[in-house]
Formats: sequence, structure tokens, C-alpha cells
Amino acid sequence: MKQVDKYKPKKKPQQKPDIRQNTRAGGSFFDRLKAYRDQHAQNLFSSLGRLVSMPFTSIMTIGVLALAIALASGFYLVVVNLQQLTSGLEASNQISLFMRDEISEAHAKKYAESIRKNPNVQQVTVITKQQAMDEFKHFSGFGEAIEVLEKNPLPVVIEVLPKDSLVDKDVLTQLLEEFKKATEVDFAQMDLVWVERLQSIVYTAKLVAILLAILLGFAVFFIAGNTIRLEIHDRRHEIIISKLVGATNSFIQRSFMYTGFWIGFLSGVFAWFIVTFILLIVRPSVENLSGLYEGSFHLLFFSYSETLVLLFASTGLAVVGSWLVLHFQIKQLQPE
Amino acid sequence: MLKFENVFKRYAETGDVLKNISFHLKRGEITFLTGHSGAGKSTLLKLIGLMERASRGQIILDGQSFNALNERHVPYIRRKMGFIYQDYKLLQDRTVFDNVALPLVIAGYGHHEVARRVRASLDKVGLLGKEKKFPLALSGGEQQRVGIARAVVNKPPLIIADEPTGNLDPELSAEIMLLFEQFQHVGVTILIASHDISLIEQMNHRVLRLDHGQLVAG
Ligand SMILES: Nc1ncnc2c1ncn2[C@@H]1O[C@H](COP(=O)(O)OP(=O)(O)OP(=O)(O)O)[C@@H](O)[C@H]1O
Ligand SMILES: [Mg+2]
Repeated sequence: MKQVDKYKPKKKPQQKPDIRQNTRAGGSFFDRLKAYRDQHAQNLFSSLGRLVSMPFTSIMTIGVLALAIALASGFYLVVVNLQQLTSGLEASNQISLFMRDEISEAHAKKYAESIRKNPNVQQVTVITKQQAMDEFKHFSGFGEAIEVLEKNPLPVVIEVLPKDSLVDKDVLTQLLEEFKKATEVDFAQMDLVWVERLQSIVYTAKLVAILLAILLGFAVFFIAGNTIRLEIHDRRHEIIISKLVGATNSFIQRSFMYTGFWIGFLSGVFAWFIVTFILLIVRPSVENLSGLYEGSFHLLFFSYSETLVLLFASTGLAVVGSWLVLHFQIKQLQPE
Repeated sequence: MLKFENVFKRYAETGDVLKNISFHLKRGEITFLTGHSGAGKSTLLKLIGLMERASRGQIILDGQSFNALNERHVPYIRRKMGFIYQDYKLLQDRTVFDNVALPLVIAGYGHHEVARRVRASLDKVGLLGKEKKFPLALSGGEQQRVGIARAVVNKPPLIIADEPTGNLDPELSAEIMLLFEQFQHVGVTILIASHDISLIEQMNHRVLRLDHGQLVAG
């Protein structure tokens, strides 16, 4: 009957007998490791089996979770795509000078010559009224409507590209102010300004995406926790009987943890498909739109690493939510 | 093996349910615990199974005082006991095999060992061949024997039974008692709460009698 546990470190010999002695499976370390692994595998599949055996409940839970995750990760991808759009524009510090209506092309060219002498300027291009019109016709798709106009309404534009070395914003603004003072110029605009504006929009969107992800992350956490709470209630009889025959809290927790794992993981997978599916639907029209603007814009989908993060985050949140509920509720169920 | 020393159990609502209980169960002994309804039989068994803690006095199992135990140790102490109940407490959605295997799975046995021991245990109670049945497909006597198989499957030194024959006819009850005597022969200590006087008298074992929470014989 007496059997010495060979693998127990013998720190306090004989003083205090280990209460757990003779209450656990014997055998070699590897036998026990194998049994432990089998138990995990069994929990993994039996929890999946339970989800499948209650398809209605499972689909409802996983559906809600998948939508929450899809919302957060979908918004994130929108931001990523916007960012891609603005990153191409970042370098441009070009200044556009719109000539006053009465300035002729010859006059504009003379004025352009004078700008060319400015040491801060690298390149000057004059866009005639006709060029501007052609370009507009080509890209706007309003070609025929414009034919109807008797007079070309577009002004002559001089595009000024400051020296590459000129990166200081104050100096650029000073240059811009100089151009604004010229009598020929109706108004001057630095591309940088609207790039900045766009970037600040993207920045705001990014912030919203982060906040949304945090909020919906909490939703995943709470929904998973609540699902586990309901499952604990459904299986309380089993929990109590298991405790009656010597189950520890952690043994019972383990079988429920896998339910949390599955709902988190499956929700992540479904969310991935939902977002990818929506992107596939909008892709043709988005790329058509960008084609009109001469853009080489390609809609970005989830990358490999983003997919991994998505699955890890959704699984992790559900597991942590489950764990917290289990930690507090399993203790409270005791045999009578 | 199991010792009670001046044990009291008090509930806030009902006062002292057990008063100054002392006794000693020796290894390999069958003992009946009897008394009127409400005498405190189930309460006494709950103290042994650590479902409740004594208010005063101490309980010692195999040299281990329960007063020194904390919650963390309770599952391991319970593995040294097998519990048998009047209502069997089986899992209805698990097969006979899975019900009996539960204590072994919890103790961390590998599946070969589990299968071997479950079959041995079912063989002892005469239910070999019913592994794949669900409890509801069995008679009351058979369900009780599944409960017994589960209680003895990991060979605990102590078996605690609360009215194990409460739902069974005299013939089946006698069969269950014979089963207990078989376990006794291999050194298992058995404590049976029952108010089936005729059954108790029929068998020649020690009797502890409770009356309003006090031990009056034993
Ligand atoms: N959880 C509890 N809280 C308060 N009082 C309790 C509790 N459990 C039992 N009692 C009281 O303790 C007394 C003994 O109950 P117990 O269940 O031990 O009796 P018993 O001898 O098993 O009776 P029976 O033969 O009817 O099963 C009863 O008066 C009961 O009301
Ligand atoms: Mg009772």
C-alpha cells in the first residue's frame, strides 16, 4: 500500500507527510506526463464537441463575438488603407500658384522665369489654360459637359518645386508668403497643407480605431466570460460530482478554459472571413476610383502577421475572460 | 484509521447538530451509523468528507488532522475516500464507463490504466458488459452498483455511504451489503449511515447510534 513518490523533491524529510501522497496516479514521470497531455487533448476536443452539440447557442455567441472583432479589425484595415494613400504624398512640398484671371500665358511665363531665379527653387512648370483643361477633361469624366462652356474657366497655374534641401516648414511658409504677395498670383497653395490635413484625419481615424478595438476587446472579454458563466451553470452538477471524487479547482477550470479558447479562436476566424469578404466586395469600386485619380492604389487585406495578431488577440481575450469567471465561480460550487 | 475527538457541529440556524462526538474506526471495519431522522447522521458524514468543517474538536484521518487542512488540500483528502449516496449522484449524460472512470481521470491516470481499473471495478460489482449504457437505462440497484464501482475504483482506504440502500428492496440491499463485506475483507474501512434497523440487525457489525446529535451507543 505504501508507495513512495520518487519524484517529489525531498526538502523536508519525514517532518510533514505530503497530503497528496497516494492520491495521484503513480508510474514514471513520462507516464504521468502522457496522461496529462491526453487529458488536455481530451478537454480540447470534448469542449469543441459540446459547442457542436448546441449549434444554436454556439452560433449566437460566436456570431456576436465575430461581429465585434470584425468591426474593430475592419476599421483598423480602413485606417491602414488610408495611411497607404497618404504615405505616397508625404514627400511632396510642391507649391501651386494660381494666376489671376486677367494674366495672360505670356505674362505668366515671364513671371515663371523670375521665380526660376529664386535660389530656393528647384523646378518651375507652367500649366497653360489648355493643358489644365485637357487634364481636367481626362480625369474628371466631365469632358462633354465642359465642351459646352464657351470660355475656358481655368486659370494658368505655375507649379513650383522648392529645393529638396528645403525641409524647414518655416522657410517653406515664408516662400509661400512671398508668392502670395506677387500681383500676378490670385492664390498660392502648398500641397503640404492638404497632405497634413489628410494626415491628421488619418491620425484621428487611427485613434478611433484604437479606442474601438479597446471597447470591442472588452466586449469580447465580457461576452466570453458570460458564456462560460452560463456553461458553469449548465454543468454545475458535473462540477459538484467531480469535486466529490477529488477534483481540484484547476482540474475543473481546465475543461472550461478550452471552451473559452474555442469561442475566441473561432470568432477570430469568422471575423477574418467577414472582413476579407467585405473587402473583396468593395475592391473593384475602390480601385476603379483610384484609377480615376491616376493612383496606383491597391486595397490592403490582412497580412500574415495581422492575421496572427487577430487570432491571438481574440483567443487571448476570450481565454482571459473565461479564466476570470472560472476563478471566482468554480470555487463557489461545492458538494453538500 | 478515522478518529473523532470531542467533535461539535453548530449551524447558526439550528444550533448544535452534533455534540461532543468521539469514536475511532479501525482499519478493515464495517460500522453502521444509525439514529432517528434529523439525528445528525448525514452531518457527521459531511464532516468526514470535508463538505462541512467541525465547529469544535478534531477529526483525524490516517494521522492527518482536518483542522490543519486548508481548502487546497481538500480534493486530495477526498481521494482517500469513496462516497456512496442514496440518490447515486451519477452523471446522466455520461456512460457507465465514464462515470466510473471520473476519479481516475481526476487523479491523472493514463487511459490504458483507466480502462483496466474501470473494468476491474465493474467486474467486482457485477456490471461488466454495461460500460456503454447510460445510467437511466439501468435499474436502481444497478445504478447504485455503478455508484459503488465509482467509489472503489481508485482503491480508497475509506468508504462512506449515506443511506446506500434507501431506494432498494431488501433483497438488493442484502446484495449491496455483501459487496461491502467483500471490500472489508481487503482492508477497506466502511461507514454506513442507515436507519434500516432490520438490515443492521441482520448483520453482525459495530453500530454507532446518534440521538439528537449525541452518540448514545458505539
Ligand atoms: N446546512 C444546514 N444548515 C442548518 N441546519 C442544518 C444543515 N444541515 C443539516 N441541518 C440540521 O441538522 C440536523 C441533522 O441533519 P442530518 O441531515 O444530519 O440528519 P440525518 O440524521 O441525516 O437525518 P435523515 O435520517 O433524515 O437523513 C437537522 O435538524 C437539520 O435541520
Ligand atoms: Mg441524512
